[in-house]
Amino acid sequence: MIRFESVGVTYAGAPAPTLRDVELAIPDGELALVIGQTGAGKSTLLRAINGLVPHFTGGTLSGRVTVDGRDTRTHPPRELADVVGYVGQDPLAGFVTDTVEEELAYAMESLGVDPAVMRRRVEETLDSLGLTALRHRPLADLSSGQQQRVAIGSVLTAGPRILVLDEPTSALDPPAAEEVLAALTRLVHDLGMTVVLAEHRLERVVHYADRILSITPAGRVVDDTPASTMASAAVAPPVVELGRLARWTPLPLSVRDARRRAGPLKERLARLSPPTAGPGASLPGRKSGPLVRPVQIVTARGLVARYGDVVALRGVDLDVAPGEVIALMGRNGAGKSTLLAHLVGLLAPAAGRIEVAGHQPHRLAASDLMRHAGLVPQSPADLFCADTIDDEIGHDARGRAARATLERLSPGIDVSLHPRDLSEGQRLALALALVLSAEPPVLLLDEPTRGLDYPAKARLVAVLRERAAAGAAVVVATHDVELAADAATRTVVMADGDIVADGPTGEVVTASPAFAPQVAKILHPLPWLTVAQVRATLDASPA
Amino acid sequence: MSRPTRLAHPTRLAQPRPLHPGAWWAWSLALAAAATRTTNPVLLALLIVVAAFVVASRRSPQGGRAFGFFVRLGVFVVALRLVFEIVFGDTLPGDVLVRLPSVPLPAFLAGLRIGGPITAQALLSAIYGGLQLAALLICVGAANSLASPRRLLRSLPGALYEVGVAVTVSMSFAPQLVRAASRVRRARRLRGRSSSGLRGWVGVALPVLQDALEKSIDLAAAMDSRGFGRRGPTSPARRRLTTAAVVVGLLAVSAAVYGLLDAGSPTIAGLPLLVAGSVLAGGAALVGRRAVVRSKYRPDVWRGPEWLAVAAGVAALAGVLAGGWLEPGSLRTSAYPIVAPALPWPAALGLLAALLPAWLTPRPPLLTTAEAAPPPAATPAEFVGAAR
Repeated sequence: MIRFESVGVTYAGAPAPTLRDVELAIPDGELALVIGQTGAGKSTLLRAINGLVPHFTGGTLSGRVTVDGRDTRTHPPRELADVVGYVGQDPLAGFVTDTVEEELAYAMESLGVDPAVMRRRVEETLDSLGLTALRHRPLADLSSGQQQRVAIGSVLTAGPRILVLDEPTSALDPPAAEEVLAALTRLVHDLGMTVVLAEHRLERVVHYADRILSITPAGRVVDDTPASTMASAAVAPPVVELGRLARWTPLPLSVRDARRRAGPLKERLARLSPPTAGPGASLPGRKSGPLVRPVQIVTARGLVARYGDVVALRGVDLDVAPGEVIALMGRNGAGKSTLLAHLVGLLAPAAGRIEVAGHQPHRLAASDLMRHAGLVPQSPADLFCADTIDDEIGHDARGRAARATLERLSPGIDVSLHPRDLSEGQRLALALALVLSAEPPVLLLDEPTRGLDYPAKARLVAVLRERAAAGAAVVVATHDVELAADAATRTVVMADGDIVADGPTGEVVTASPAFAPQVAKILHPLPWLTVAQVRATLDASPA
Repeated sequence: MSRPTRLAHPTRLAQPRPLHPGAWWAWSLALAAAATRTTNPVLLALLIVVAAFVVASRRSPQGGRAFGFFVRLGVFVVALRLVFEIVFGDTLPGDVLVRLPSVPLPAFLAGLRIGGPITAQALLSAIYGGLQLAALLICVGAANSLASPRRLLRSLPGALYEVGVAVTVSMSFAPQLVRAASRVRRARRLRGRSSSGLRGWVGVALPVLQDALEKSIDLAAAMDSRGFGRRGPTSPARRRLTTAAVVVGLLAVSAAVYGLLDAGSPTIAGLPLLVAGSVLAGGAALVGRRAVVRSKYRPDVWRGPEWLAVAAGVAALAGVLAGGWLEPGSLRTSAYPIVAPALPWPAALGLLAALLPAWLTPRPPLLTTAEAAPPPAATPAEFVGAAR
C-alpha cells in the first residue's frame, strides 16, 4: 500500500538530511506506529506519505514514495486526497468550515463526489465516530476529543484507504484519548484501513500497533514488530519497563497481558513493605503529623471565576505548602487553566480571596510578579518575543541560569535559531528555563508534557523535584497520569469548576481507572505507582 | 439517527427548512436600498419594525445574536450623531433650546464651531440622519441573523468558489486573532513586561502575527490534503478568463446598482450597465461551472417561498420609490422648518408587503434536542470517594 524506496529528505538550509535511506513497505490493513525522540523527523515521515513533503514544506526528496501505485513526486497532496487522509497535530487549525456536518462533507465536495453518495457517507461517518448528536454544532464549541474525532471523520468521508495521524492523543485527557483510539481500532478492524500514526504517549497506543517504525537520531527508519522493538527501545512505556524489570517473556505490551504475568511479582511485593507515600513523603511538614500545619504559600478561599455566563470555578479552596508538587488533573475544560491563571494573577477572582507568597497576585505589578509566581503556559511560544534564542535569554546573571537549565532540559540547542523554529518539546524547555531563572517560590506549569518523549519527561521531573526540594511549591496541570505518579506528592482532581478529589497521589490516582498509572493497574490492589518505586523496593530486599 | 424535532403546529406550508440564504439577503438588501432613499422618520420606523418582526419569527438557530448586536450599533450611531450635532453642529438659525458655552476658534477655522446655541431643528435633522443609518445597519443585521453569511458564501457560483473560501477563512481568522492577542498579552505579563505603550504594542503584535502565520500554514496544509484546488480538464488560460469575466460582470452590476440608488447620478446610465453586467457574470459563471470538479453537499434549494421573499423585498423598495414619485418631497422630511412627516401610501403598503415572509416562508428547522442540551458534565463517582 505504502512504499518508500531509498527515500531521503533534506530541508533547505539544514546541515544534515532529516531522513535518509528509508526503505519501507506497509501492507494493507496494518496499524503502524512511528516513534522517535523529539524532533527526530516523525512528522516529516508522515507528511511524506501524502506528498506534503516536499510539495508543501519545501526541501528535497530523493528516492521514491508510492502510495497505492501513485508516485508522490507527480501527485501533489490534493491529487492523493482520495487515497490518503492526513490529520495534523492541531485539529482546530485544520478546520475549514464552521459546523460538524459541513466539515465532514468538505473533502468530498473538493473531490466532486455525487451529492447522494455524500449524504450517505456523512451519515455513516457520523455513526461510526459517534458524532451524530453533534452534527449541527459549531466546531469551536466542541471538546478537544470531539474535535479530534471530527478531524478524523473529515478525512474519512473522502473514502481513503490510508489514514495518517500526527500525535492524535497528545492534547487529550485519558478518557477522550480512549474514545479516539477506540474509533481508530474500529476502522482498522472493521474497514481494513491502513493507519500510520506518530505518538509520544506510547503507553496509550503501543498495544494496538502491528508494527513500529522507529526513527533513529541519524534519520534512519527501523521497521520491526512491537515486541522486539520494545525489548530494546530507549523510549518505552511503564508497562514495558516493568516487564523488563521483572524479566517477563514475551514482553507484555498491554496492561492486560502484564497483569496475567504479574502473579509472582505481586506475591513477592505483597510480602515487602509498600513504598512511602510518594516522592514527597520525606518533606518537612508532611512528616510532622496532622496537628502541625505547615505554612502555606498559596491559599485560595471560595475562588469563583466567570466567563460571561459560564462559571469556570465554583468556590475553589486550595492550600499549597512550600516543597509540594501538586498534579492538577481533570478533563479538558474542567477549570485547571483558569485556576492557574488566577494563581499567577492573570485573572482577578470574581469572588473569593487568593494569596500567593503573601500577595494578591492580580494586584502585583508585572515586573514584581515574576519573583513571586511563574507560569509556563499551554502554548509556551507565547512567552517568546525576540528573534533568536540568544536574545530571548539575555546575558545577565539570570540569563546564565536560564542557559544552564535549558542545556539540562534539552541539550544541544543552537541558540542562534529563532525560538519558533524549535520543536514543541524544545519550546517548553526554553519557556521553563526563562520562567525558572527568576526563581519564583511558586512555579506553575500548564500541560507541560505535550511533545515530550520519555527521556525529556524524566529530565523535566528531575528539575521539578529539585525546585521543590529547594522549597518552591510546584503545581502542574496535566493529563499525563504517569507524570503525576512520578513527580507529584499530592493530586487534585477538578471537574466542572469544583475540586472533587484532593489527597496524596497514591490514593487519588488509584481510585479512578481513568487516572490510574499503568503500574498501579497491573499491581492492583498493591500501592506501587511507578517502575522506579518497584525497582527501589526490590533492590532494598533482594530475593 | 436523530431527526430535527418538528413543531407541533399544523401548517399548510412545507416542512421546516432553512430558506435559501440568497433569498433572505436579497430581501434584506432591498429593504436597505429602500432605507437609503428616505429620511422620513415614520417610514424608517416602519421599516425597522418590519425587519425586527420578520427576524423574530424566522431567525436561523445559528444566527441568534447578530441582530441584537446590529440594533445596539444602530442606537449607538443615532446617539453619536446627536453628540456630534451638539458639540460641532452647524449654525443655521432656528429655535434655540439651550446655549452651551462656546469655544472661540481662530479665523482660519471659519465654518467650524464648538459649543454655542443648540436648535431643535439641528437636533431633529441629526436624528433623521442617524435613523437612516441605523435602519441600514439593522437591515444588515437582519440578513446576518436570518441566514449566516457563511451559508450565503456556500451558494456562490463555482467560478467564484476560491474567492468564497478566502472570505470564509478570513472571517474565522479575525476572532482567532483576538484570542491570540489576549493570550500573548497575558504571556507578556508572565515575563514581567507590560503590554501598554508603543513597545508593548509591538511586543504583542509580532508574536500574534507569527502565530497567525503558523496557523494559516497549518490550515493550508489541511486544505491541500483534503483535495482543495483539484482541477477539472480545462486549461488554466480559460479558467482565468472565466473568473475574470465573472469579476468584471459583478463589478459592472455593483456600479449599476450604485447608479440606480444614488439620487445624484443619472438613473438611465444604470439600467443598461446592470443588464450587461448580469449577462456577463451569469454567462461566465455557467461556463466556469464546467471547469470545476467540486460538488455541493446538501445544496440549498430555491422554490416558491424564495421567490416570494425576494418579491416582498422588491415590493418595499418599489413602494418607497413610487411614493417619492407620486408625492414628491414626501420621502425627505424637512427639519427646516419642522413639519409633520408625510405618510405616502404606496411606501407604507410596500413596507407592509415586506412583512409577508414572516408567515409565507417555511419555518427554520429547530436544532435537535440532543444538541440543545449542554454537553454532559457529570462528576465521576470514583473521585468523590477518593477525596481525602
